[in-house]
Amino acid sequence: MADHRVLVANRGEIAVRIIRAAHTLGWEAVAVYSDADADALWVRLADEAVHVGPSPASKSYLVADRVVEAAVSSKCDLVHPGYGFLSERAGFAAAVEEAGLAFVGPSADVISRMGDKASARRTAKAADVPVIPGSDEIVDVPDAQRLAEEIGYPVLVKASAGGGGRGIRMVDGPGELAVAVTESKNEARSSFGDDAVYLEKAVLDARHIEVQVMADSRGHVTHAGERDCSVQRRRQKLLEEAPAADLDPDTRHAMVEASVRLAREIGYVGAGTIEYLVTADHFYFMEMNTRIQVEHPISEQVTGVDLVAEQLRVAAGEELSFDGDAQAAEGVAFEFRINAEDPDNAFFPSPGTLTRLDVPGGPGIRVETGFVAGGAVAPYYDSLLAKLVVHGRDRQEAVARSVQALGELCVEGVSTTRDVHLRLLEDSSLKDGPVTTSWLEGFLASS
Amino acid sequence: MTNVPTPLPGVFYRKPSPDADEFAHPGDQVEEGQVIGLIEVMKSFSELKAPAGGTVQEFLVEDGDEVTVGQDVAVIE
Repeated sequence: MADHRVLVANRGEIAVRIIRAAHTLGWEAVAVYSDADADALWVRLADEAVHVGPSPASKSYLVADRVVEAAVSSKCDLVHPGYGFLSERAGFAAAVEEAGLAFVGPSADVISRMGDKASARRTAKAADVPVIPGSDEIVDVPDAQRLAEEIGYPVLVKASAGGGGRGIRMVDGPGELAVAVTESKNEARSSFGDDAVYLEKAVLDARHIEVQVMADSRGHVTHAGERDCSVQRRRQKLLEEAPAADLDPDTRHAMVEASVRLAREIGYVGAGTIEYLVTADHFYFMEMNTRIQVEHPISEQVTGVDLVAEQLRVAAGEELSFDGDAQAAEGVAFEFRINAEDPDNAFFPSPGTLTRLDVPGGPGIRVETGFVAGGAVAPYYDSLLAKLVVHGRDRQEAVARSVQALGELCVEGVSTTRDVHLRLLEDSSLKDGPVTTSWLEGFLASS
Repeated sequence: MTNVPTPLPGVFYRKPSPDADEFAHPGDQVEEGQVIGLIEVMKSFSELKAPAGGTVQEFLVEDGDEVTVGQDVAVIE
């Protein structure tokens, strides 16, 4: 009998990843699956698998009661939510704990505190973490004008309940403000049922850099360095790098310190990521993701720490096994998101059957996927097909290995983002160093 | 009678958001090109439009159900 048995409340590559980590610790892992995923790789790798419903995620992976019931009936003592799905729902974390199981992540209270934009911003500010200058309060047309003058144009009007880029308006000057506030409120009301909006200074030409934190339940908090996720399209990350190239060491140090301080202040437990916008001379808190992130493997490559195994260990009450301050990042790692999308058709999703899936290999090459050749890429879930993670002793070696690995990767049956990555690597802007969050869209428009 | 097939596989929705009203109900008059539902493919939402004007007879798929390419989701008369 293993020491622990964890329910993997997710699917795809992250389900495979969690099962591997559990088995590495000598634990057992129980998978969940929908109708569409009955023959999936993670179902095969798990020690037991529980069916949780029909194919649409809203009827299976997102049904909290059924997932908790699966954990209880399969005699698990922990639940790992992965990313997406139920991972940032405070109610799910609470339900897991109420059922007498450990949730792999922070408390429900911390999830809700950091999940609401306004409350996360207040919390960061209170922990002395720099936030983007803005109105802390909800604004209406009359006071927006005065606040915008104080903050300085350009400003963003943002929905308080927002997400996915909806309800956001950029305003360059006072003439456009009233219309933007009204439009943003309307969009927020129809999208989120809540028309509260606030103002924030538009930070242009910034990099997206995030810090990986990790904490145990005994009060220890550490970090696994930072990642640069500036290569984005419509706020969706496509390629990530660790550590952030050419980042001023003082800025890096201050960001890491701020992140550890924030995690400590809120009594954080588990893996978390604090996202910042970074300009030439400032960094600003954007948000905290209270879960493991898609791009965690690049931090693992440069630190040598298995972050998912660490999540499981601390959820079981054990102590942190590493100290981020005591070790420098070794080499450079990239993650390329291979999505089942058609870059020639505005990245429209491309479900289908994988008639071929040849993955690359060699030194420094790691592939994370939940798929095998012959499997179906179902239309019900997100489009992430595989993550190609490449590590080199320096940036040049990592780029050379990436070009080779992307060339070896062969996917047939669905369209993928592979060729976009190859084109990005040929471009000197990315090869020569850091880019900002607006770079990729410009690159795609001009090529 | 005009059947309305979905050109995409995925999940069919009759409402623009969970708390909103349905785009159209049986008995409603719709015009050609009017949106009568959404198809979600891998978190990407596409509008399903009426291929012809007329009266909605019925919906063949429930809100939130899975659909395959070419499957009829509604009938317009």
